[in-house]
Parts: sequence; structure tokens; C-alpha cells
Amino acid sequence: MLKTRMSGNEAVAHAIRQINPDVMPAFPITPSTEIPQFVASMIANGEIDTEFIPVESEHSSMSAAIGASAAGARTLTATSSCGLAFMWEVLYVAASSRLPIVMAVVNRGLTGPLNINAEHSDSMGARDSGWIQIYAENNQEAYDNFLQAYRIAEHPDVKLPVMICQDGFITSHAVENITLWDDMKMKKFVGEYEPQHYLLREDEVMAVGPYAASGYCMEAKKAQAEAMKRAKQVILDVAKEFEAITGQSYGFFEGYRMDDAEYAIVAIGSVCGTAKDAVDAMRERGLRAGLLKIRVFRPFPAQEIADALKNCRAVAVMDRAEGYNAVGGPLGAEVMAALYRAKAKAEAVNIMYGLSGRDVRVEDVEKLFDELVRLGDGEQVYSETCPYIGLRE
Amino acid sequence: MAELKQSGLAEFINETTPWHGLTEGLQIYEPATSRQFHTGEWRTNTPVWDTSKCKQCLLCVPYCPDSSIPVVGGKRQDFDLDHCKGCGICEKACPFTAISMKEGK
Repeated sequence: MLKTRMSGNEAVAHAIRQINPDVMPAFPITPSTEIPQFVASMIANGEIDTEFIPVESEHSSMSAAIGASAAGARTLTATSSCGLAFMWEVLYVAASSRLPIVMAVVNRGLTGPLNINAEHSDSMGARDSGWIQIYAENNQEAYDNFLQAYRIAEHPDVKLPVMICQDGFITSHAVENITLWDDMKMKKFVGEYEPQHYLLREDEVMAVGPYAASGYCMEAKKAQAEAMKRAKQVILDVAKEFEAITGQSYGFFEGYRMDDAEYAIVAIGSVCGTAKDAVDAMRERGLRAGLLKIRVFRPFPAQEIADALKNCRAVAVMDRAEGYNAVGGPLGAEVMAALYRAKAKAEAVNIMYGLSGRDVRVEDVEKLFDELVRLGDGEQVYSETCPYIGLRE
Repeated sequence: MAELKQSGLAEFINETTPWHGLTEGLQIYEPATSRQFHTGEWRTNTPVWDTSKCKQCLLCVPYCPDSSIPVVGGKRQDFDLDHCKGCGICEKACPFTAISMKEGK
């Protein structure tokens, strides 16, 4: 165990060094560029023997990752924003071919307007591509999540690709304290990849991704959907094992001061650090405030989220991706659907924040809690379905 | 569409197989399963081979896009109608008008 300091990109690269995967095709894009850059350096320095494939685009990096994974190699790549969008077509192929690829996603808004800063529109756009999505609040979580990713992806009950997401610049480039785990302990925890079927197996002929006529396609999709459901238990089991080694506790989400919370914020990513400070400030003022930080967005733990929020009077669901659907963002839609299914009594509002890296301050979140109190009292607080915070009006 | 009939895994997978009976990602663990897929069912016109005109020049064989003209011992056999899609290229390729297309299967 080593207490040190590094950026989120360095933290993920450190996890990659400890895992020493077989193949990494990658194409650079801000703010994830450093990850393949660090990996290339580690290969040049002889620290790992990963096969690095410089490709001409992200469509190619994901296509090469699919080929490598189908061949039987433990495969990864990294991307952001438009790079992820350029992979769109083949993201679905990776998932439907049930290939356990891991991808480091450094969240950045999709163009346009052209911008390079933190937003979730890239990975939220890929939310229905069949990939597992795990989000981090900080560099430690990005590191820990990446270490757990292959155990989830390669599990026989799952066999699905995984995105390990962190916020661009705020997490990927800011240097924070971190605890790194022992190499040998992590190598043992992650283990070797031993697929049953793979293209390079000498004693078996195999086809991956065949054409599926309508007589087969719907059944294949149902089987894939069921694997996503089974991933829930595997994610919890892997987290438990990781906790036994490291002491770090992970689940579908983190409830921060949620036990007796009457007013809660639901959010993803780096804003949760800010929100925790706001929760503490509100608690000092005597308000039962709490934060539900979503770690696992795919599979979506709908029932568990509804259970965690069941005693709340009012809830604000914060989205860092505009849905352009005239009602709000993706997290808002899914959390509210979960609350409705669970017949929850809480008032709920969807809040848009932090688009294209717009800063969110502790005071912004405190003000949101003040509004939640009024919302819980039945007051008509908002004139819009999904109000923005941090917006010049 | 034809059912998969041959040996191996495909023997157990067909269009009556429930979703949990399929392989992961519809992966196929044996070679040459396309033989079991009878694309001949798509055919709307059928080639007819006139053996009295055929000189066994074998020009039709490489022209066939679906490898549906089997050759045994250097001599072409009758059409493999399980896989012939009825495109009619062989009719055009034959220098001896030994192949004609008839309407229907």
C-alpha cells in the first residue's frame, strides 16, 4: 500500500500497469489522451508487455478491440466525447458479441458547441449500447473501479464490456491524494483471463458476430438483457472481495448521510464531492440532508435507488447531460421512473448543472437544498420541468 | 428458412430454441454451418441443365456466385438447388445454351 498523489488519468494508467492487459488499441482525444500515452511509456520502459495498436480513429480502436477480445486477448481502450461517439456502431457489436472489453471513458461533452470540458453527454449517449457503466467521484474511485472492471466483464454470468467513467479534467487531470494497492495483491485479485471460446483456440473453429435473422435476433437480445441483470450481483460480489483486500467499500451507489435524510440529491461523478460539503453544511444548519452518489448506472439499480430514497420528502436528481427532450436529462428520467414504479411519495425535480464544465459551487447545492425544503412543503418552486443551476439568467 | 440439421452445436439450435438455449452472442463453435442455411429458398427462377447440349466445358462453375454447381471427377453435376439463388448468371455464361432459366422454384 502506498499513499501518494496523482491525477485520475495516472490512476487509471496505474491500474492498467498492475493488470498488464494483452492488447490496447487506442486513438488520442482530450481529456483521455494521457491514458494511452502513459501505457505507451510503460510498454517502452518494459514495465508491461501489452500490445499497443496505434489506429487511425476511434471506430478503428473499438473495432480492433473487438477483434482482439474475440481472439481471446484481455483488451482495453480509452476515449472521450466525440471519440466515444465515433465508436457508436461498434459499441453495440462489442456488447452483443459478449466481449469483456474494458474502456476508460474520461467524460467530456459531445460537440457542439465545440468544448473539451466535463459533461456526461458522451457516455450517457451510449447508455443503451449494452455496456456496463461505472462512474467515479475522484481519482481513487477511478483507480479502484478499473481494478474491478475485468472481474465483472469476464465473469461467466456476465460476459459484457465495461466503461469505467471519470469526469474530464476535474478528475482526469486534477492531482489528488490516492492510496495505491500492492501490485501482487491486485494481480492476484484480477487474475488471469481464461476464456472458454476464442478465435485463436487451436482445437476449435469458431464464428463471432454472425448474421442473425429475425428468427434469432430477439432471443439473442433477451439473453443479452438478462446478462445485464445478472451483472448486478457480480458487481456486488466483486466489490465485496475488493473491500476485503483494500478496505474500500463499493456498491451500486454511495449513500452519504442518507440514513435519516429527508432531503436528498442524486448525482453522478465529481460534483458529489461538492455536494457532500453542502450536505455537511445543511446538517450543521439542522436539515436532514443527504446525497445518493450513483456509481453503477448500467445496470441501473432502480429498485435499490427507490429504496434508498423512500423516506425522503424531496429529491433533486442532477444531470450533467441535456436530453434535448424538453423534459430533462437521462438520470432524472430513470430515477423518477424508479420512484414511480416503487410508488414513492417523495417530490422530485430534475436539475441540469455543470454542462460543458460549468463550475458548481457548494453554495449552489446549498441553495438547491433550500429549494427542496419548499418543494417538500408542496410549494410550487420551479417554473420549468428541469431548471438549470449555474446559468446566467 | 431451413432448420439447422447437422451434427454439433447447431443440431440443438434452431428457430424453436428459447432465448436461454442460444450460445452467448450467437457464437458458432463449428465450421461451415452456412451449408445448413438453405438460401435456395429465396429462388424465384430455377436453372435447368440440358445434358444433351452440355460439353462439360465447366465455364459455368467459376461463374456461379454461390458454388452451386458441384464438380465430381472433372465433370459438373446437376445444380445444388439447396443453395442456388436462381440469379441466372450460368445461363448467360454457357456458350452452348445448355442452361435455361425456368420461372418459379
